[in-house]
Amino acid sequence: MSKYNLDYLDELEAEAIHILREVAGQFEKPALLFSGGKDSITLVRLAEKAFRPGKFPFPLVHIDTGHNFEETITYRDEMVQRLGEKLIVGSVQESIDQGKVVEQTGKNASRNALQTVTLLDTIALHGFDACIGGARRDEEKARAKERIFSVRDEFGQWDPKRQRPELWNIYNGRIHKGENVRVFPISNWTELDVWNYIKRENIGLPSIYFAHYRDVITRNGQLMAASPFLNMDEEDIIEHKKVRFRTVGDMSCTAAVESDADQIDIIIEEISASKISERGARMDDKVSEAAMEDRKKGGYF
Amino acid sequence: MNILKFFTAGSVDDGKSTLIGRLLYDTDSILADQLEALQQSNRKNDDGTIDLAILTDGLRAEREQGITIDVAYKYFQTDKRKFIIADTPGHIQYTRNMVTGASTAKLAIILIDARNGVVEQTIRHSYLVSLLGIEHVVVCLNKMDMVGYSETVFTAITDQYKTLAAQLNLKDVNFIPVSALKGDNVVNESENMSWYHGRSLLHFLETVDVETGAESDLARMPVQWVVRPQTDELHDYRGYAGRILSGEFNVNDKVTVLPSGGSSIIERIEIFDQQPATAFAGQSVTLHLKDNIDISRGDVLVNADHLPQSSKLIEADVCWMDARPLDDSITYLLQHNSKVTKCKIREIVYKVDINTLEKQEAHDFKLNDIGRIVLKTADELAFDLYTDNKANGAAILIDSRTNLTAAALMFRAVAD
Repeated sequence: MSKYNLDYLDELEAEAIHILREVAGQFEKPALLFSGGKDSITLVRLAEKAFRPGKFPFPLVHIDTGHNFEETITYRDEMVQRLGEKLIVGSVQESIDQGKVVEQTGKNASRNALQTVTLLDTIALHGFDACIGGARRDEEKARAKERIFSVRDEFGQWDPKRQRPELWNIYNGRIHKGENVRVFPISNWTELDVWNYIKRENIGLPSIYFAHYRDVITRNGQLMAASPFLNMDEEDIIEHKKVRFRTVGDMSCTAAVESDADQIDIIIEEISASKISERGARMDDKVSEAAMEDRKKGGYF
Repeated sequence: MNILKFFTAGSVDDGKSTLIGRLLYDTDSILADQLEALQQSNRKNDDGTIDLAILTDGLRAEREQGITIDVAYKYFQTDKRKFIIADTPGHIQYTRNMVTGASTAKLAIILIDARNGVVEQTIRHSYLVSLLGIEHVVVCLNKMDMVGYSETVFTAITDQYKTLAAQLNLKDVNFIPVSALKGDNVVNESENMSWYHGRSLLHFLETVDVETGAESDLARMPVQWVVRPQTDELHDYRGYAGRILSGEFNVNDKVTVLPSGGSSIIERIEIFDQQPATAFAGQSVTLHLKDNIDISRGDVLVNADHLPQSSKLIEADVCWMDARPLDDSITYLLQHNSKVTKCKIREIVYKVDINTLEKQEAHDFKLNDIGRIVLKTADELAFDLYTDNKANGAAILIDSRTNLTAAALMFRAVAD
């Protein structure tokens, strides 16, 4: 009997490539949701491995909250240039201007929840039948239950009680018109796996992932980047600290951690030793025990 | 470092979620903020300690009902290996979710409550393990603390289970006495059972040999996608992209394309910017052939010296997974790796009572029913028997009215 031993990163990579190629083969109009974060950057690398020297069989789609870190947008534009692939931007600002959503007010206002509407509108406008995302099961307990091919109804809703069984490595992507499938090729990766892969593949990242000095304020025990997008008042004290970001959402919901890790090896060391989960720095998950489950039922990524 | 995927069979009453929680807790895999959320939860054990079971309940309905409904995937690693746990529900009405979690696992943990021994549920779970051909089985006799850590109890249940294992033809069966609640023999070796000289559960998981397994040496690669850049400099580039299911492909191997039957020689193997001389099971590759033959998604490339079965009539074991019962008057879709073909159910051979393992004559087939059927497909299918090559011997049935996955299929024979 043969003996084939794949190293874990090779196995995870091969699985993700298989999933991406299934998307290409099964759907008419797929898209890759690109946030500028390390997970979607990893997806782009995997798409290169799956389809080069051919073109990607899908565009990249960025749901732009308008509250981005500048570094992320610079990175995005340079990357698209290098790849020669198509980028579609769905704008939350436009959704606000069109009156489809209303900007939150108050100190903890964020555009995180508004993204869902822009995402669903962008999907409808372009007729996407599959959206590839970089969510991982180790991030959060509702995500731990989600299938790799996750069918959403015409309102974008996830119904955890009606998930299709997902057997072996066979993915059923058949849907009715109006429905779409969210596909998560790196479901089985952990945060550390992503970092180790980025290191192995020598993938560049937006600079905010590495330790840098920045003006921050402390909000609900979390370090938030001081920016025009944050509703600040006299109680907020601006401090200058050396920080880095573990996840990158928009500026109003992503917290920084104090860190000296300015190189990937040090980041990997730090994460290995860390006792706080990555989404611990996401204000959007702090709302309740079922915050993610509820948002997914509403059509969130 | 490699990955071991395993699943756990048992119910909350057997302490399944507690066992997984214990495995994560004692390997230091629970992070501070998760632990904090755990400590703030209202659910506590009778003695006030943290209820580790909450760690695996992901959905609101599961927390409310205190049961597992759907598969939850958990990840942890030690310095020896990475682990993916499929935490599957044990109740009979969620059999399909257990099959889902088990289908990709290499090892099964079967939990037995030491106070009860082998019960109906144990038989059902073990039957599923045997049906799906899981290579390794670890029987954890849990709640040893409730039976005074008794060796006599352990031996009696082990003997009982060995009879069942022989009947089901289970291969590698191992027994470990544990207390998930107290932590005996889960990660740390127990000080309460000096009569047990075997490995703790974690030690076993770290050391079980998963490379040799029952993997087949039959070279198979379903084509998922044809890479054709159609640019000026790559005008003639035509690569067949797919993940190798089993066996290996080498440059200069003679391959056959099925179902068409055309043959060619492998000219080049690409894994992105690498061009290895050999590629093997588990790798996602792009193959280039010497001859320009018609190949598209749904075809399978195989080693020309070891052809698979080829038939439109197939006998298969089936686990029904949809609320709509089997209907022999409608046309289903059968998805076998990248191949999709229309299909009808010609005959129900039998249904298995999964609590007693009796084969019964049957005229209907409902959610969670397991048994054997005969299928007739529109296109010829190039497959292996599930016992010879799991990866090329399994398929799903899709209800073309709803698009839902209606059943899991394991091919057992060419029918006549």
